[in-house]
Amino acid sequence: MSTFSTLPPVSSEPSSAIAYAEPQPTAIAAVRRDSEPTLRIRPTKGWAALNIRELWNYRDLLWILVERNIKVIYKQTALGIGWVALQPLIAAVTLAVVFGRVAKLPSDGVPYLLFVFCGLTAWRYFSETAQRSNSSLVNNAQLVSKVYFPRMLIPLSHTFSTLVDFAVMLVMVFIFMAVYRVPPTLRLAAIPGFLLLTAMTATGVAFWFSALSVKYRDCNYALPFFLQIWFYVSPIIYATSTSVSPRWQTLFALNPLVGIVEGFRWSVLGRSALNPSIFWVTVAMSVIALLSGAFFFRRVERDFADII
Amino acid sequence: MSQVALSIQNLSKSFRIAHQREGLPGYKTLHDELMTLPRRLITRFGRNERSTSEIFWALKDVSFDVKAGEALGIIGSNGAGKSTLLKILNRITEPTTGAVDIYGRAGALLEVGTGFHPELTGRENVFLNGAILGMKRAEIRRKFDEIVAFAEVEKFLDMPVKRYSSGMYVRLAFAVAAHLDPEILLIDEVLAVGDAEFQKKCLEKMETVATKEGRTVIFVSHDIDAICRLCSRCILLRHGEVAKTGKTADVVAAYLGGAQDQAPEINFATIESQASFRFAGLYNPKGQASTFFGTDEPLLLKSSFAVRRQIEGLQLSFSVFNFKGDQIFYSSISMAQPAISVEGAGEHYIAAVIPGRFLLPGNYSISLALHTPKTKLYDLREHALSFRIVGTVTDRYDGFAGDELGQIYADVKWRRTDERQPQPSPGGGVSTLASASR
Repeated sequence: MSTFSTLPPVSSEPSSAIAYAEPQPTAIAAVRRDSEPTLRIRPTKGWAALNIRELWNYRDLLWILVERNIKVIYKQTALGIGWVALQPLIAAVTLAVVFGRVAKLPSDGVPYLLFVFCGLTAWRYFSETAQRSNSSLVNNAQLVSKVYFPRMLIPLSHTFSTLVDFAVMLVMVFIFMAVYRVPPTLRLAAIPGFLLLTAMTATGVAFWFSALSVKYRDCNYALPFFLQIWFYVSPIIYATSTSVSPRWQTLFALNPLVGIVEGFRWSVLGRSALNPSIFWVTVAMSVIALLSGAFFFRRVERDFADII
Repeated sequence: MSQVALSIQNLSKSFRIAHQREGLPGYKTLHDELMTLPRRLITRFGRNERSTSEIFWALKDVSFDVKAGEALGIIGSNGAGKSTLLKILNRITEPTTGAVDIYGRAGALLEVGTGFHPELTGRENVFLNGAILGMKRAEIRRKFDEIVAFAEVEKFLDMPVKRYSSGMYVRLAFAVAAHLDPEILLIDEVLAVGDAEFQKKCLEKMETVATKEGRTVIFVSHDIDAICRLCSRCILLRHGEVAKTGKTADVVAAYLGGAQDQAPEINFATIESQASFRFAGLYNPKGQASTFFGTDEPLLLKSSFAVRRQIEGLQLSFSVFNFKGDQIFYSSISMAQPAISVEGAGEHYIAAVIPGRFLLPGNYSISLALHTPKTKLYDLREHALSFRIVGTVTDRYDGFAGDELGQIYADVKWRRTDERQPQPSPGGGVSTLASASR
């Protein structure tokens, strides 16, 4: 409240008018004479450019959207940010009991709980981003149909806001490492790189699904199943080296999550070597995922306001 | 100053309306697409689907220029294409054909509160909303105090806006939008909210922007009063086309009065309702259908409507509006002497007479309604008919044809008084009243 005691009274309206400055009209007119239009609106067809420059110009809005996502997601919950830690923990314990204890899946010589939690860290960042941005455009229908801004910002904002979840899980990975006495190695420095690959893949999938769900609400129902299948075809509860024959590993890596999850475990646990062909296929697939999603999004976004 | 701020050339926008036999129109599910895929492949990717979809032109070949510093109003009835036009100018949707060139930074003041998040506090929402409307963070920070002062919500800044009263919410939203700083301002129907005092404040703010600061303003509204106050020039859209351009008063008259080119009789398309209008018409005392009436001529309003099943308490009513859309009066069949019942099933034919020497010259419109008092509206035909009252020699109206003189033809008794005015007595009524109220 003290901030506002210094405010001038409401009757200070004239001063607000001064803020717009009187000489402006002539200034505007001078600039406008014989100049090129500031903005041309024309119907567009086919594929559109990505327009990265415009995205950059709107970076302030992106950060504010990211902030909003973070603030809103666990509002009015008793545990608040605690959920970010609790969800993967419960998931990891469940998986460790079922697949580690009961099914006794091999875990590359490390405790199964740590093994699975490592994979989950990468996986959950991917799946949470995909899931939250899936319905993001539809949830922001009011915005999309009323105001212009690069629509990509909406799914993109989730790529960034989910980083909070990732950070919390990463801290938990370090705690697990300490508990299980796994010595940290220099390979930990590669984590940002694998995070980037995850973010690219997740954003690509997010672009595809959020754009599709504007027209087909089916995506809301299809995505959870899709992710569930994706979870099992990714080496989270098992290791690629022990469960997939070497002949098929490169083909297996067409799923970019293979390289990502293996890469995370490689840098955290410091055990088995990373298969280079898996790594490069993953890099290529992440780039393809991101670019295909972005171009598809740009192609269909012009109709969003009409069909949302 | 004749620079062009905005130039629109042959702008058109079409929508494909799908006629679906079942399900929600507009939404396609993947299942639908898959089921119709074979057929669409056969018919060359759905291009021959004429039987199930049709093209609707929301805008057709619209062209006009807006000069820098001009305040232009865009009016038209619902579905005339106003919103579509504004959406194209705002880049929310793309035109089908045509071009728009905008010279200068354009900003939009759309429905207030767009992008407000109920869970966030007032302070957070100011930043969110400002950024959505295209402001930079630093810019919002600079104007923050001003925005908050304008909205008068200082005390509630750190409260989630879901706990705001609707008045506070709207005030804050408008305050953010009003502090946008574009050279070209696009405004859509923002004044339909808030209490009367705040509406006045908003209008004043917009007047400042439009007239004193010399900005270019494009104002789309149903609020004819606001249009008249803010805009010097207007464009009337009808069925997606520019029907009239010119001075605000003329265009507004064409829109609401519209007597010149509107038929005196209308057959209504039936609607899905238990009671619906069939027909309405206006007739002069000679029994001819007409839209022109002398000041002394009574207006005969005839209407017919169908009632499917007996509706208890059903009433027919109509309202008359002036050229600005202000309601002049209302009348309902319940006022009829002797009483007339229209409750029974079947077709009813009802006539009403609006007496002569009741309305001053000007343009008027009539809305018709079928309803049960305060419970249910069966059919409403807004501004279904319009007519013009013209001054006649016989009633000695002085011939001034403006709408500005009011609407009521008061039966004023004029006389010459030779005597001096009677003086109020010293201990008269006024002081007695004053003492009584104390």
